[in-house]
Amino acid sequence: MTIDIPAHMHPSRSFQGLILTLHNYWADYGCVILQPYDMEVGAGTFHPATTLRALGPKRWNAAYVQPSRRPKDGRYGENPNRLQHYYQYQVILKPNPPNLQELYLGSLKAIGVDPLLHDIRFVEDDWESPTLGAWGLGWECWCDGMEVSQFTYFQQVCGIECAPVAGELTYGLERLAMYVQGVDNVYDLNFNGRDGAEKVTYGDVFLQAEQEYSRHNFEHANTAMLLRHFEDAEAECKALLDAGAPASNDSLAMHRMVLPAYDQCIKASHVFNLLDARGVISVTERQGYILRVRNLAKACGEAFLLTQAGGLAA
Amino acid sequence: MPDLLLELRSEEIPARMQRKAADDLRKMLTDGLVESGLTYEAAREYWTPRRLALDIRGLTARSKDIHEEIKGPATSAPEQAVQGFLRKAGLASVAEAHVHSDPKKGDFYVAHISKPGRAAEEIIAELVPGIIRGFPWPKSMRWGPASAKPGSLRWVRPLQSILCTFGPETEEPVVVDFEIDGIRSGNVTYGHRFHAPGEITVRRFDDYVSKLEAAKVVLDADRRREIILADARNLAFANGLDLVEDEGLLEEVSGLVEWPVVLMGEFEQDFLAIPAEVIRLTIRANQKCFVSRPQGAVEDLSNRFILTANIEAKDGGKEIAYGNGKVVRARLSDALYFWKTDQGDLPDLDQLKSSAEKFGLDPKKPLDQRMARLDHLGVTFHAKLGTQGERVERIKKLAEELAPVVGADPALAARAAVLAKADLQTEVVGEFPELQGAMGRKYALLQGEHPSVAAAIEEHYKPQGPSDRVPTDSVSIAVALADKLDTLVGFWAIDEKPTGSKDPYALRRAALGVVRVVLENKIKLSFSKAIAATVAAALFAYERLGEGAESRGVVAMLDARIQDYRGESRLLPEAGLVAELMKQGLQKAISETSGAADSEREFFDGQRIMELQASLAPFTDDLLSFFHDRLKVYLRDQGARHDLIDAVITPQSDDLLQIVRRVEALGSFLDTDNGKNLLAGTKRAANILAAEEKKRTAIAETVEQALFREDAEKLLFAAVNQAEKEAGEAIQNEDFSAAMLALSVLREPVDSFFERVLVNDEDQAVRANRLALLARIRAATGKVADFSRIAG
Repeated sequence: MTIDIPAHMHPSRSFQGLILTLHNYWADYGCVILQPYDMEVGAGTFHPATTLRALGPKRWNAAYVQPSRRPKDGRYGENPNRLQHYYQYQVILKPNPPNLQELYLGSLKAIGVDPLLHDIRFVEDDWESPTLGAWGLGWECWCDGMEVSQFTYFQQVCGIECAPVAGELTYGLERLAMYVQGVDNVYDLNFNGRDGAEKVTYGDVFLQAEQEYSRHNFEHANTAMLLRHFEDAEAECKALLDAGAPASNDSLAMHRMVLPAYDQCIKASHVFNLLDARGVISVTERQGYILRVRNLAKACGEAFLLTQAGGLAA
Repeated sequence: MPDLLLELRSEEIPARMQRKAADDLRKMLTDGLVESGLTYEAAREYWTPRRLALDIRGLTARSKDIHEEIKGPATSAPEQAVQGFLRKAGLASVAEAHVHSDPKKGDFYVAHISKPGRAAEEIIAELVPGIIRGFPWPKSMRWGPASAKPGSLRWVRPLQSILCTFGPETEEPVVVDFEIDGIRSGNVTYGHRFHAPGEITVRRFDDYVSKLEAAKVVLDADRRREIILADARNLAFANGLDLVEDEGLLEEVSGLVEWPVVLMGEFEQDFLAIPAEVIRLTIRANQKCFVSRPQGAVEDLSNRFILTANIEAKDGGKEIAYGNGKVVRARLSDALYFWKTDQGDLPDLDQLKSSAEKFGLDPKKPLDQRMARLDHLGVTFHAKLGTQGERVERIKKLAEELAPVVGADPALAARAAVLAKADLQTEVVGEFPELQGAMGRKYALLQGEHPSVAAAIEEHYKPQGPSDRVPTDSVSIAVALADKLDTLVGFWAIDEKPTGSKDPYALRRAALGVVRVVLENKIKLSFSKAIAATVAAALFAYERLGEGAESRGVVAMLDARIQDYRGESRLLPEAGLVAELMKQGLQKAISETSGAADSEREFFDGQRIMELQASLAPFTDDLLSFFHDRLKVYLRDQGARHDLIDAVITPQSDDLLQIVRRVEALGSFLDTDNGKNLLAGTKRAANILAAEEKKRTAIAETVEQALFREDAEKLLFAAVNQAEKEAGEAIQNEDFSAAMLALSVLREPVDSFFERVLVNDEDQAVRANRLALLARIRAATGKVADFSRIAG
């Protein structure tokens, strides 16, 4: 696939150009291009288009950008590599096509990474998300020694065996952009590919947010309120799952409220991350919170299998 | 004879699994072939990140025809038995069986079974799919559309193709045809992922290797290693540097590339302010690169690192080296940040006050702050043994008590013990746990600790194994012994002893460490007292920490164990007393710093510790025998005769140094004629006694001089009395050579006794008296060793 693009939209010049190139590449492959999920999540995997859609027998190919929030990684805008809010580019292909590695390498070529100039490597990295009850085998993908993507064959999600297995690609967009733009500080990334007065940098867009959110995450987030919100989200998730559950005497009936319930699971997870950043969760409590979120995720995953998208024959 | 070539090509196999997987493949397939009746001349396995390959030479083309006879029941046997025989032999009817006659048994059925040999190809086609399905990967996965159904193929990463050819050198090999989950065997493979993406058709091993090489794949991992090592050395040398070699890294890197290309990258000189070990580990762990040092330098590193790429880049590797350099710089920035942070104040000092006071820490010093935080956070050491803070409390007390025994200053030992675990709270050790101790030492020196204190922080973990260095500084010795003894007593208290090959807490290593520290520093230490002191230190800590402390765990566990042995609780009621006594001992140690060795040792040698020792006896015996076992292993490795060790050790042997000295003295004594003959004489005496004891012959309680009939008896009696007395005195003085010398005078009278005197006298009283005299020989020599356990 070759597309003639103006220089200012080229990935080596423009952050948004990088995103658009990936969109084009995966759209051309046949993925549905989704928009980011409208909730705070820690990683692209939390998007229901991955977590839930990875379950069940149905074909599912999707790609999207997901803003990801890791409250603990905030550095008040002072670290050139670390952000509490960053973008992941997420591709999920179920079942994984046999040439998934080649497809991935094709996407790197599309954004201008020449594999005969740059050393691209698949280095063992088994992925696990304790909060989602998910694991898979795969690699960190290295470009000249830098991890630019995560490549995973999901084996289990929400504690449920994946059948068939989905392949998940996660690109760290800022890192990749820093690489192709040849920039050492994330805030120096050219966002819109323009020069001079028209140029907008990543820092222009996000530096203030990093500073403000770092203050919020580490110093000001109201922990009493957050603890309450965690309890509320947990209770609401369970209540919605109960309310939407099929009548016990009807084996073919669908679950009617998985997605709203799953939103509460996501919310609980993010609230936990905030509490963790505020340092109010002890080492021993930590495990307990992770387990509570996982139980929600598991319940949602099981309910999802009782829906049309989850493969229930209607 | 034909050769077999098998290649299993997959997506990238984790480097750490490749070697074993290739080995497993060879073993499983060759075993299977042999079991199926084939033989082969040679087999060798190969691997790269993307393939396992197997080259089997000189395989027989067919398995042999097999003829066998299966004996059946008598022709007169009931129908049921005959049917059973037919089923077993696979015959359709009795008509297919033969009838043999036996003069005793009469006529009976025999099945003549002929299994025609099978073609090797057929056997291979049957074996390989089974091996693939049952392959012992440490972790395996499913993939692709097939994974929708249960039972689909599992492999370490998706298996892409199978190449399997078979045939003699003189003919065109054939593809051994089979299929597994939609993957059909063939004669096609692929070369380097980027340099040679096209198909390669392969006939046999020879062209397989050369075609792969042409397609930029070095099949042989050992060759890849050699290439990387040689190129890395040369590249370093050409830049005036020495490569810092690293076997483990070399192995890993050679499993990450098919076409190794060695390049050099660099980082800013400023980063060299970070300790060399931290730089090396940072670059190794995260980037899998080697570091280098200026030629001739011993510790200092240079700012150049060496990486191994998988391609021959169009620009000669400039971009790759530049890119890797950027990542290394980012990692080193983190490491530098950690190194600096560890030398600064912690942000949460206010919360650490009570912990700091508890351990007498200086809140202005960074390492002291880390120790305070380790305690404050309540980091668990072991669920049943409480927190790290409590552990340090115990080790501190014990190190202080052991200090005078090993010739260390108690105050320094206590200080070293308090700081020994502090570096667990540093950023650098958090990142690289293997640097525990080493970092603590560096930070201790930076904050101006006594050099012995700093050394002890690193060395108290030593020795880590049979070949590791043993600490020699007395402060290090005190803390090393305290740390290991506390660990051993603790795990013994919760009954987590090593069993068979399972030793998750490395208790054997800890015990061997104690043995080596004691012996190699020639320390005279009563182990039962040391164990009692360890328990006393736990009681002391328990008492200090007060109500609700988790350390009650250790003491309660210990107490439960003592109850198991003795049926009553003895420990807890003693806690207060012991603690009080130890406090006094501590105060004395502080107030009388010089020339106060005796009072410092008061606790260790005092009445209370002896009482404690007595109440601990069965528990101590159990742990002592574990030390004995380690000692035996250690001495055997040193070349000592195991029969001499067994002859000297008793379950009560408490002083390991003494055991060793006895073994040495006994060994040299037995090398002399006197020793050899006395051993023979003593053994003879013991054998006679054993035989008579078995027959329940009367043996007199004591020797009666009045019953002596022969001069030889009188002489022997006098000699035994003399020898026993002298040997006993010598042993009191721990002069084992003198004890041996005392025994050696027995040789002559023992020999002449056996020459001239008949033990088995007709007079019962005389016989009983002579036997009693023999018993005295056994008793006298037994003062030194149990001669019956000595070989020869």
